Amino acid sequence: MTTTAETIGPPRTSVGALGWLKRNLFSPWYNALLSLISVWLIYSVGGQTVQWALTARWEVITSNLRLFMVGSFPPDQVWRVWLVVTLASLLAGMSGGIGGRTARNIVFSLAASFGLFGVLSLAGGGYEWHFANVLAIGAGYLLTRGRAQWGRWVALAWLLAFFLTLFILYGIEKNEWLPLIGTDRWGGLLLTFLLSIVGIVFSFPLGVLLALGRRSRMPMISLFSTLYIEIVRGVPLVTVLFIAQIMVPLFLPEEMRLDRIMRAMAGVTLFAAAYMAENVRGGLQAVPSGQVEAAHALGLSDTLVTVFIVLPQALRVVIPPIVSLFIGLFKDTTLVAIVGLLDLLAVGKSVLAQPEFLGLQKEVYVFVAGVFFIFCYVMSYASYRLEIALGVGKR
Amino acid sequence: MAEPTTTRVPFWRDVRVLTILTQVIFVVVVALVAGFLYANVSTTMRQRGLVSDLRFLDLEAGFEIGEAMIPYAATDTYGRALLAGFSNTLLVSVVGIILSTILGVVVGVARLSPNWLLSQLAAIYIELIRNTPLLVQLFFIYFGVFVTLPSVGQSIEFQGIIFANQRGLFLPRPAPTETFATWAWFILGAIVLALALFYFSTRVKTRYLGWVALLALILLPVLGWFIAGAPLSFEIPVRERFNFKGGMNLSPEFSALLTGLVLYTAGFIAEVVRAGILAVRRGQVEAAYSLGLNAGQVLRMIIFPQALRVIIPPLTSQYLNLAKNSSLAIAIGFPDLFSVATTSANQTGQPVPVYLLVMATYLAMSLFTSLLMNIYNRSVQVLEK
Repeated sequence: MTTTAETIGPPRTSVGALGWLKRNLFSPWYNALLSLISVWLIYSVGGQTVQWALTARWEVITSNLRLFMVGSFPPDQVWRVWLVVTLASLLAGMSGGIGGRTARNIVFSLAASFGLFGVLSLAGGGYEWHFANVLAIGAGYLLTRGRAQWGRWVALAWLLAFFLTLFILYGIEKNEWLPLIGTDRWGGLLLTFLLSIVGIVFSFPLGVLLALGRRSRMPMISLFSTLYIEIVRGVPLVTVLFIAQIMVPLFLPEEMRLDRIMRAMAGVTLFAAAYMAENVRGGLQAVPSGQVEAAHALGLSDTLVTVFIVLPQALRVVIPPIVSLFIGLFKDTTLVAIVGLLDLLAVGKSVLAQPEFLGLQKEVYVFVAGVFFIFCYVMSYASYRLEIALGVGKR
Repeated sequence: MAEPTTTRVPFWRDVRVLTILTQVIFVVVVALVAGFLYANVSTTMRQRGLVSDLRFLDLEAGFEIGEAMIPYAATDTYGRALLAGFSNTLLVSVVGIILSTILGVVVGVARLSPNWLLSQLAAIYIELIRNTPLLVQLFFIYFGVFVTLPSVGQSIEFQGIIFANQRGLFLPRPAPTETFATWAWFILGAIVLALALFYFSTRVKTRYLGWVALLALILLPVLGWFIAGAPLSFEIPVRERFNFKGGMNLSPEFSALLTGLVLYTAGFIAEVVRAGILAVRRGQVEAAYSLGLNAGQVLRMIIFPQALRVIIPPLTSQYLNLAKNSSLAIAIGFPDLFSVATTSANQTGQPVPVYLLVMATYLAMSLFTSLLMNIYNRSVQVLEK
């Protein structure tokens, strides 16, 4: 008779919840101490924050929501903003249909939040647009699902939508349906978005040119490109914005006067172009020199090599850095509040001047920070996933 | 058989000619644009009665500056006012760089800690800081915290030596006494001894020499403190009827700006540090352990030197960002270089020279910092082949 060896499981303290706790929180003695300090921090800071959030007077936000979103945009014309948002939703839905799991998750969360806001505003009215957005996202998604070959056209549609947006918001002179709305009426989150999107879209071609210029073999062109890039990168954005506001009018003749928002957009674009150029340059350097040599050997000229061989490969690599540049720009547009433009942050400041909301700084700035956080976090998450999808850094 | 023809390439297809021609055209266009802008600016300035020289620097400024590192009064010149502003920018940048490096390294290492709770806390901090604009954080810290502090009478106090109220922070001020010189020698000796021991510990195969070095660095100054007999006296702020007297007073503006810059930059430095440490290959660490090095030695001799090489370039750009971001002082009323320059530009009505001067200063600061960091960078890089 033989005794079967009993299988002895691992000690109870190294598996399961207990094992996890021991491994991750208490394993050398000092980790236990660190864990205790962390718990204390969470308890004291987190507890106070929750307590404050529950007792804070959030009505300062809810009663000024339109101001926060669109600033002093004429209330009877707000439908134009909604139209633009719905257009973006449609395109987002289409991108979601084409893209991978991450894009789908983001688009579905977007639809869910529109639905949630719609339900919340059922009583107060204005819910139609929220539900229209949910529908737009759904329609876009169903339209492109399983049609990955449409990707190029969707990208083109985004670009067209950008110019269409500017047109819809600006309007036509002496028109009944789309009356002209001066850019000085653009404000709030709308302005924040417009500034950063205009900045990134227009700085892209400029940045590519500057990057090519800096790597050019012609000394004069490379010198001027380098000078521009280094000077702009060496000074703070505030100085660029101040110069755009105060000095640009001095440099341009009377007929070419730009209004304040256009000047800020020009400043942001010129500033972003220098950073864009450095990102693109990084991408250009990542293209193996064998590619260029092979193309030359096939008899392509310098221009053709740049346009058809180098740039397509380089720009693919720089998509994630451009997303982070966009996030930075999105955050940096708050600086226009210093030069007197009414962006999301400046609206917050002006709301605080209303007599009934004096002393509610914490509520207002936490709300503004929260809005920025949501957008930036989603964008950086998407960029992180994109980086993995593109396989950057795994050469 | 036809002779190979050696026709000359026509000049419009000759690369050398084209290169020169392109550059000539480029320079001419740049010069034309510059000339156009210059013509405009000189007409506009003549129309508005503006001048573009630096003579205003010698005029009396006539405005007060809240605080400055150098003595300044309203009767001083614009030049001195700008210098006072510059001193403030330098102060907040240098102190900010030191503090944000310390905090950033701590948070970055905490993010990589095997302790799950600690690592998650660090992650929350990093995400919160990096995904919200610095200006919003500054507004929150200044308008939401420092401005809402109680009046002098109801100051918040910590242990009876640190006070916070509407007028800012009041801290004990260290003042050297006559025995300070003796104590300074102890500190110097401790540093020299620690460096020497540390140097030996990397060569000689002993386990504890590194710890002895650290111990010497701490113990010698403490010993010296008692031998010399209180080389520093701490002047504790005393509450009087309307204000505090003595001690060190940090204005609410300075405190808010410094806090904002440090918290913000530390979030970015933490990510830089984390990326640097993760960039050290696992095989390096495993090989070091298999050679019998202990955890401390692996960290000090294997991970740290290699991570440093990856960390320095992005760290430099974070330092530069901090210095440039200090110009946001204007939004909360701290008189830094840019804020003083804006006042000067408004008063003199000569924005062109004032802003050009300020931009040149920031540029010089940036170039100087990159130069220093590049020299340091070169000293830590491995020479390959």
